[in-house]
Amino acid sequence: MHQLLQQIFSGLAAGAVYASLALALVMIYRATDLVNFAQGDMAMFSTYIAWTLVNAGLPFWAAFVITLAVSFVGGMLIERIVIRPVENAPILTAVVVTIGLLLIFNATAGWIYSYTLQEFPSPFPDRPLFGALMTTRDVGVIAVTLVMLVALFCFFRFTATGLAMRAAAQNPESARLCGVRVGRMLALGWGFAAAIGAVAGIMVAPVLFLDPNMMAGVLLYAFTAALLGGITSPVGAVVGGLIVGVTENLVGTYLIASQLKLTVALILIILVLVLKPNGLFGTAVVRRV
Amino acid sequence: MAATLRADATAKLGMETRSVTSVGVWRWLGSAVLIAVAIVLPFTLSKYHVFQLTQVMIYAIAVLGLNILTGYNGQISLGHGGFFAAGAYTAAILMHRYGVPYWATLVPAALVCFVLGVLFGLPALRFEGPYLALVTLAMAVAMPQLLKYFDTWTGGQQGITLVKPTPPPELGLDRDRWLYFFVLVVLLVAMRLAANLLNGRTGRAFVAIRDHPIAAAAMGINTARYKTLAFGTSTLFTGVAGALAAIVIGFVAPESFTLFLSLSFLIGSAVGGLATIGGAIIGGFFIEFVPNFANDISDAAPWAIYGLTMLLFMYVMPRGVIGTIGPWLAHTMQRFGSARRAAK
Repeated sequence: MHQLLQQIFSGLAAGAVYASLALALVMIYRATDLVNFAQGDMAMFSTYIAWTLVNAGLPFWAAFVITLAVSFVGGMLIERIVIRPVENAPILTAVVVTIGLLLIFNATAGWIYSYTLQEFPSPFPDRPLFGALMTTRDVGVIAVTLVMLVALFCFFRFTATGLAMRAAAQNPESARLCGVRVGRMLALGWGFAAAIGAVAGIMVAPVLFLDPNMMAGVLLYAFTAALLGGITSPVGAVVGGLIVGVTENLVGTYLIASQLKLTVALILIILVLVLKPNGLFGTAVVRRV
Repeated sequence: MAATLRADATAKLGMETRSVTSVGVWRWLGSAVLIAVAIVLPFTLSKYHVFQLTQVMIYAIAVLGLNILTGYNGQISLGHGGFFAAGAYTAAILMHRYGVPYWATLVPAALVCFVLGVLFGLPALRFEGPYLALVTLAMAVAMPQLLKYFDTWTGGQQGITLVKPTPPPELGLDRDRWLYFFVLVVLLVAMRLAANLLNGRTGRAFVAIRDHPIAAAAMGINTARYKTLAFGTSTLFTGVAGALAAIVIGFVAPESFTLFLSLSFLIGSAVGGLATIGGAIIGGFFIEFVPNFANDISDAAPWAIYGLTMLLFMYVMPRGVIGTIGPWLAHTMQRFGSARRAAK
């Protein structure tokens, strides 16, 4: 029983990371109708920026804030420069372009920082809590994710920019007629997604160690989470992330060998798409012919 | 009025048939020259370069498979490296465990990959656009793990080392040149088969489904059947390429079949031209040689160049080299032909 609870809590901590990255995917999907295959590698690159800053002697949280700001601007620039020209292109073009971005980020990180594993400092001490049921690190990761979620919710719910962004994502034409700068809102969406991804990267790096291929597995789980929750639903992304995190941990501990963990994600993705293609919270897409 | 219209139409039609035949002749000539070059080339190059060209042709077959699915049928696959691996391991296991001669492994590998493709294609019918890309991406990421896990068959982490085939003695060819011709024959057969399939009824159905699935269904095309068929044929070609790779390299291991292999195929396909047959060869050259050159700059450079090339092609030349040059070439030939007739 004790072990089961332990596994569930550490699953929740992993799930919080997946939830963040899934949230980033959902933001981009809602804003530009596009699955961003480069999300994981963008997050990895942000994490390297944080690592460089920490190594340069900055305190952790200062590095954290600067990284988020840099990622935010970077995300906006990517939308403006790379994504905008293919905004109305066929899906295949969009997929190929984000794959291209993935390769560029992955290779650039490998080029600058080499492919060796780097240790990444954890902002939270690794002490057992509540009779070793969970660790302070797990609690810290979950807390950071929660704070981020609440902040995002407040932003989208209570600010004019948040409202404009929701309008631009939901109905670009009408939003434009109401005077919303749709293009700018889409760029903001990419900025937010990049920053959220950066949080996910920084939270997961102390566990996985930093290397250019760090996020491949995490991205796969984040995709699974986003699909499970419904790729149009931010709430779904978070719930999906937590479910995937716990499932992954329990299945890996009790059912099958842990070296098949990625296969679990593959099976989950297929199951979700076959049984419940819109996910738990997603809305069905109705297409006009 | 009607008569002039009809006359006009026949004149136009006549023009077109004439020009088409002239283009056809040029195309035949071009293919014949290319094949002649392909036959002479290995005797002028070093063994290592012959081996590289063999690899180019293997990649070309794999890219051709991806072109059928992604270019002609519009289903995106980021996981064709997985089917390449399936073909390679089928050939390797047959040769290693059961002593099957190397040339006899191609058909079983093709069948295995066709069945796998159809099985994978069945649930994939429900996935559109990015979702299919996601599922296939997941497969590509999980593939090395799966290969390591079933180690009684696959040899696990160490993989399987194969005995390289010996060329038939009466031909007097060394091994590399013999394998070159072996792969060349397979490539030519594959391209011929693909052309027959894609230029006929099935190919038109594939393209119709890609361009407008609902209209295609309304015209009586069984979209489910043709999409599954496209998946199966596509993986069949890629699987044969995998089997050839296992035979030529003489070694298979899980780490050769990562996500990046699948992405290489996609890049090769985008560079050569997605909905073309000849583009696959350009794709093969790109996959084989660009990393070689780029490796001199840095370990990471090939992938950076791959990524940049992908973006560049999508912006500047979305139909790839063959898709852009091909129509232009045909047009020039046509004008050349009609100018010559006018001179007569």
